[in-house]
Formats: sequence, structure tokens, C-alpha cells
Amino acid sequence: MSSAHETAAAVRSGSRSAREVTEEALRTITARDGDVHAFLTVLADEAMARADVIDAAVSAGEDPGALAGVPIALKDNLCTRGVATTCGSKILEGWRPPYDATVVEKLRVAGAVVVGKTNMDEFAMGSSTENSAFGPTCNPRDLTKVPGGSSGGSAAAVAAGFTLLGLGSDTGGSIRQPAALCGVVGMKPTYGRVSRYGLVAFASSLDQIGPFATSVADAALLYDVLAGHDPLDSTSLPMASPPAFETIEKGVDGVRVGVCTDLIDGCAPDVQARVRQAAEALAAAGAEVDEVRVPEFAYGLSAYYLIAPAEASSNLARYDGVRYGLRVDAEDAAAMNTATRTAGFGAEVKRRIMLGTYALSAGYYDAYYAQAQRVRTMVMRAFDSAYASFHVLLGATAPTTAFALGDKVDDPMAMYMNDVCTIPSNLAGHPAVSVPFGTGDDGLPVGVQVLAPALAEPLLFQVARVVEAAA
Amino acid sequence: MSTLTGTTWETVIGLEVHCELATATKLFCGCTNAFGHEPNTNVCPVCLGLPGSLPVLNEQAVELAMKIGAALHCDIRPSTFARKNYFYPDQAKDYQISQYDQPINADGWLELPDGSRVGITRAHMEEDTGKLTHVGEGGRINSAHHALVDYNRSGVPLVEIVSEPDIRSSAQARVYASELRGILVATGASDGRMEEGSMRVDANISVRPAGDAAFGTRCEVKNLNSLRSLVRAIEYEAARQVALLGRGEVVMQETRHWDEAAGRTDAMRSKEEANDYRYFPEPDLVPLVPDIEWQARVRAGLGPMPADRRAGLVAALGGSATDAEMDQVRSVVDLGLDALVSAAHEAGASARLALARAANEVAAAGDAGLTLDPGAFAALISMEARGDLSATQSKAVLTALVESGGGNPAELARQMGFEALSADTLSGVVAEVVAAHPDEWSRYMVGDDKEVGKLTGFFTGEVMKATKGKANGKEVAAELRRLRV
Repeated sequence: MSSAHETAAAVRSGSRSAREVTEEALRTITARDGDVHAFLTVLADEAMARADVIDAAVSAGEDPGALAGVPIALKDNLCTRGVATTCGSKILEGWRPPYDATVVEKLRVAGAVVVGKTNMDEFAMGSSTENSAFGPTCNPRDLTKVPGGSSGGSAAAVAAGFTLLGLGSDTGGSIRQPAALCGVVGMKPTYGRVSRYGLVAFASSLDQIGPFATSVADAALLYDVLAGHDPLDSTSLPMASPPAFETIEKGVDGVRVGVCTDLIDGCAPDVQARVRQAAEALAAAGAEVDEVRVPEFAYGLSAYYLIAPAEASSNLARYDGVRYGLRVDAEDAAAMNTATRTAGFGAEVKRRIMLGTYALSAGYYDAYYAQAQRVRTMVMRAFDSAYASFHVLLGATAPTTAFALGDKVDDPMAMYMNDVCTIPSNLAGHPAVSVPFGTGDDGLPVGVQVLAPALAEPLLFQVARVVEAAA
Repeated sequence: MSTLTGTTWETVIGLEVHCELATATKLFCGCTNAFGHEPNTNVCPVCLGLPGSLPVLNEQAVELAMKIGAALHCDIRPSTFARKNYFYPDQAKDYQISQYDQPINADGWLELPDGSRVGITRAHMEEDTGKLTHVGEGGRINSAHHALVDYNRSGVPLVEIVSEPDIRSSAQARVYASELRGILVATGASDGRMEEGSMRVDANISVRPAGDAAFGTRCEVKNLNSLRSLVRAIEYEAARQVALLGRGEVVMQETRHWDEAAGRTDAMRSKEEANDYRYFPEPDLVPLVPDIEWQARVRAGLGPMPADRRAGLVAALGGSATDAEMDQVRSVVDLGLDALVSAAHEAGASARLALARAANEVAAAGDAGLTLDPGAFAALISMEARGDLSATQSKAVLTALVESGGGNPAELARQMGFEALSADTLSGVVAEVVAAHPDEWSRYMVGDDKEVGKLTGFFTGEVMKATKGKANGKEVAAELRRLRV
């Protein structure tokens, strides 16, 4: 399959039909998704109908948009009108949203073809997609390995060639870490750049929707479609979003890159080696590269695992059996709530609800939630000082290459450590991207992470493009 | 205050008033804010708390909240929203979005008609819950077979007005609630209808030995759906606490439910009140910082408050009013009928007469009175004051005016056959009536004041019969007096 950009150009010019492109995607899914299990729902009929609409538009001389006929996979926490949206949880099984997420509507306007909804860790809580109530997804590069998570399904769909593009959500690294483990590009925009309306909330102050693609250019193309103000999301930034795709080849001449040792030193040696190579490549391309220490990043993980569960404990309260999804009947309303939630949530979700409830409880709030917010502010200030000297930062995305399925399911702390390099950007609300850069000693993909200050997405993509070109 | 075993007890009351804002749409979505529609017809993903939905703050609700704050002399401040977490089926998200530690309005006061002030701690914004109806086995929460939820009310904007514990009696609480209601209506923030739940009152009640500086342990009493309930509940609860303390027992701090039928408060099940709400800042909303210009526009746009309007009416009466007139003044202002009296006064008609007609005949017409054209009312009062119409005729024309919302009172009077009698015609009729009742007339001629008053009433009645109510009572009395000398 060619790139999303080329595919859209071909469909727009009429040299390829959206039907043909969509059929190919569906054929590949049918052939291989039994092994990978990237999808929870494949929308074959809907996708073909959509492809025909796009082809008809092209025949009528209309322009179906920047993503005309490009197949895309959506993480199953993005609301799709009339189509099951499970968040990888039994508690939402059978629920069909009566509305589309803002990003889904934007994709439709841009001519993309949604071919299915992808597997994920339940309510985006996890780093391996093993916390899905519907079984794990396997890494297409090695089916015995995890694809990362929580957006493992979308990462795997793109890595397996099922679709050219995917959407994920990133609360603590849930786009970038699976992108690294699957060997694709995954990007988290600035908090507020992309509307969260219709993204089922995990941790509202951290969640951002972002693109998966096989190349930096395609990720930028998709990002441009997603970004922009949405009056339905009060945290959406009320400003135009400068396009990133058209400046992607601007290079890194004079760009100051801080190689952040705190995002490298704790990683496996093969991962460290790749990040150092990427830094050298940037220097060779004209960037001013130097090392930078941001020791405050070490506290990010602890702060994150209080703030995110605290918000989640509130966001997930609504799954009470009253209005939608699973209901387990019992003698009164309170007992029904308990029975429903006991049966409907998996172990990791329950663990985080309990953690978060505890962190917000009377007598503990100041020591846990409020203290975590102070640490969050400290991390933001640490970023500010680093960005006083550098335009972007460079580090690893994940500490290791993909690990074996089952390896960490019984050790939550080991699983949480996967997010150590990605969490700081979420706490600060900054954009960051993971770019594939060679392989580890096991032959599996390594991701290099580029981090940028708020609103610096065009620069972020430029730097990422140079890293990609050197890989 | 009450006494028991020699101690004089003082009741200390603070009120929490929830006021539904009269916005077109809900607090965080575009659904219609209306009472009485088919259940679950004014709902959307946001107010149903569907996964993925997000709140967007309603500007009109902020404006009305600021109006309330300005009318209660509060500081209007930058504010934030928080989540109050608790599970309940009427709560779509299982948390309520409410202002918590940073309310939009704080530190104000409300002046009661007697000049005393009740401090306003805060007046903050929050969303309403849905409405539960318990079905089966008498509809009580503990015995119901199942419950139905109507989410039309879910997300309706509320302002909760919390008073300082400055109130000392059930009567003062009633006056406070009534005055606050008048202010809410005057700002346009609310229709103030307690019976529809537009205004709901919770009372924090404690008692202490008179003269003590420290407060006693308080109980919060809920489910007060009328001013009458408020008064009864405070009296019951204060007496309950005094009795407990008199027996040497203690008052437990708890939430109690007012049972209107039984006339008592009962402790709510501990399960229903033992909540740790786990407040934290609402991450889906940004801080609310109304700019100074907006605040200034809101303050400038505030019309006169009930106290100002009462003062205006008293001034129209010539600067003083009897107790009975003060009752009429309060009633007319509470009902929003004071514009009628002012119009009549400005047209040169008797303010007293206008006040009486507004407080009685117009008030009796209910909502219809609110749409009466002040110009038409003023014209009618002028006609009556001039003697063109008798009191009876004037009331009949007024009824017709209220029904039609306005019109030309002179024309209406003509259509109703209420032509004023000429002086000659009246003299003739009075003379005929006197001639027809010689016994009464001779008693009238020699009677004392009391007897004359009684017989004046008798003759006036006869003249009215003869003229089908067209005669003016005062003129009849004058004619009788003229014949007597």
C-alpha cells in the first residue's frame, strides 16, 4: 500500500477508486486480523458504502477532501453514531452512541473511510492492550509480543498494513508507546488542539486524540484534519491551528535539540543506542544538539498515577447500570450499581478507580491529589526552563522494545513503568511524537520521541521528519 | 425564643435557597429549560451524561447568576467549577458540576423590610439533577417497587444562595425567603415558583441558650416546598432540639427530612447522608472570569429591587402608610403589580385607590393581572376617583380590563351601561326612595351618628337597586345629608 497522502491524491484525481482502496484494506483485514486482533468491529458494509459516496463525488467533479478514500481505524473509545463503542469494556458492550465524536465528523468531511473500531486496554488503562475485555491484540511484527497500549489496536492496524491511518488517544503515552512498539509513527498533539468531544473520557485533563501513520508526513496530514477549535469542548483552544503538513520538509537547520538524558538513561541499552544515533543524525542535518537534564521528569510517573486515576474515578462513575450498557439487577439501586460495576469492569480499571477514589477522599486529598498537582506544576516549570535553551527535546518513547504477551500482566508497577518517558508531555499538555528508528537487539522496532512546547506542532513534525529520514 | 426549665433558648437559622434560573437552555447544553414537558424529551448526550459528552457553560446563566450576586450586594469574582461525586440514579454522570471553593458571588447581604440585614455567604452556580418518581407501594423511597427518572431537569441551571446564620425566628426566615424570592423575580433570574420547584429551601437550624456566643449543633432540614412548610419545620425542629437539650441529651448533626403530612422532621437514613463528595476541580471546564465591562453592564441593567419599589409606593401615598396599606404595598410588590399603582399615581389619580384596587381586584385575578395595561388601569382609577364610576362599576370594568389585558375603560363602561347619573337624576331617585320609606327617613332625621350611618347604608342600597348600581355611593350620602337640613 502506498502512503495516505498519495492514496488521497490518486482518489481525488480519479486515477484510483476509493472502492478499490477500501476493498484492499478489508481483504488484508480478513486475511490477517484473525492473528493480530486489531479490530473489535470491522465496518465492511459501511466502509464500502462510504467509498462509493466518495467515488461518486469524484465523478461529479467534487473534491472529497484531504483524506479522500483513505482507510482509517478508530480506537474504540471514539464515539461513532449507531456503531458499538466499547472502550474495550464489558460495561459498554452493546451501547451504540447516538452521536459522532468531533474527530469522526472531521474525518468524514475530509473523505476518510472508517473501516473499523480497534481494540484497546479497557478505558485506555494499560500499556499492552492486554486489559481489553475482548482479548489482547498481538504485535504484527511478532505475534508473541504485545503491541503496546492502550491504543494497541490502532497501532497494530497501521503496522499490519490493514489501514494507512489510525486514531488513538494518549493520556500518558497511549499513542506514542504502542507506535514505538509496533514501528509506526504516533503523535500526541498539544492539549486542546484536538477536540475531545466524543472521546470517552479516561483522565480529562490529560486525554488527547492523535494520529497513527506509517510516515511522519501522513501523521501530519491527519493531524491537520483533526486540529482546530471546537465549541463543543470548553478546553479546545480557541485559535486556528497552523498547518503542519506543508512545512514538513523544512529541515532542522539551526534548530536547538536537547537530548534529554532523563528520558534515556533508564532505558534498555539497545534503545539508548538508537536515541543517540537519532541525535547524531539531527546534528548531521544541521541541528544544534546538546544534552539537557530535567530531573523533575522522574516524579512525573507518581503524579500521573494519582491525577489520572482520580479523574478516572469520577469519569467512570456514570457506568452505573441505570441508563446504558450492562445492568446486573439487584434488590435496590445501590446494590444494582455495585453488581453492575463488579461484573462490568476489569481488574485494572477497578484498581485505578480505587486508587483515584482514595486520592480524592477527605483527609487524603492534600497529601495525594493536591500534592500530585503541585508536582505537575513543577514538571511544567522544568519543561519551561529546558525550552529556554532548546526548541525541542529528544528521548526514548518506551524503555524497551515490545515485550512478550503475559509478561507484565501480574505486575502493575512494571507495566506502569512503560509510560515513564511519555508521561511528562501529558502532564504539561505538550505535543510529542514517536518515530520508528531502527530495531533493538531482538529485531523489534525502537521508537525515538521528539517533544516540543505547546503549540509547536509544525516544528515537531519537521524534526520528526529528519529523524525518520535518517532511520 | 422558648423557655424550658428556666433556660431561654434562641433559635439560630441559616437558609440555603436553590433557585432555578429562567434561562432558555440548560447550564451545559442546548436543551430547552422548561417545566412540565413530557419526561425525557429535553435531553441530549450532555445532560444524559453519555460517554464522550462534554459540558459547555451557558452565558445567559452566568449573566443571571451575576445579576443575583449584584442584587445581593455580593462581590462578583473569578470562579471555577468542581465535581461533587456521589452515586444516585437521578444524577446522569454520578457527579454534579457545582462551584465549590471559588463561587462566582460571595460576601453579600439582604436587607429585610424591617431594616435588619441577613448576610449572604455565597451564591454559586450548579446544575440540577433529574427527577425521580418512585412507583408502587405508596411511592415512598423505601417501599417503592421501582423508580422512573426524568432527565428533563438534569442540567437545569441553579444558583444556590447560602445565608449566614443570622436568622433568629421562623417568622424572620419566612420574611427572608419571601424577600429573596422577590429579588430573584425582580432580577429576571427566576420565576420564583416554589410549587414548581423553581425555588427550594433547606434550613440549617440550631438552638442555644439566649446570650451564648457559641452556636449549638445544627441540623439541616430538607424538603421544604412552601413558606408554610419552612415556618412549620423551623418551629418543630427548634422545639425538638430544645426538648432534647432540656432532657440533658445532645443534638446530633444530621440531615433531616420534613414530613409535611405528619408535621415533623425525621433523620434521613445515614446511608443517604454519609457521603464524602470528593470534590475536585472540573477538568472539562475552564475558569470563569467575567470581565469588568460585563459585570458593569449587569449591574447597570438591574432594575429596582422590591425594597426600592416598596419605598416608591409609600412615597406615592404621601410618605406614610398605615399597617393595612403596608400589607397592600408588600403584596402588590411581591406580585409585581406595583407598576400599575405607579402609572395611576403618575396620571394624577389617587395612589391609595389604585393600591387598593391592585392589591385586591387585580391580585385576585392571578397571572392575568400581570399583563394588564398600566395606562388603561390608570385611566380607570382616574374615572373612579372623579366619580364618573361608582366603586361597584369600577370593579366590574376592572374585571373586564384584566380579562382582555387592557382596552379603553371609558368605552368599556359605556358598553356595560355604566353612564354616570346626572346630578338631577340622582336627586330625583333619592327623593323617590326617601318618599317610599317614611319610617326610615324619620329615624334618619333624628338619629345619632351610628343610626345615621346605618340608615345611609340602607338608603344607598335602595338607590343602587333603583339605578342598577350606577349611582355613586358618596354622592348618595351627600344628597341625603342635603335633604336632612
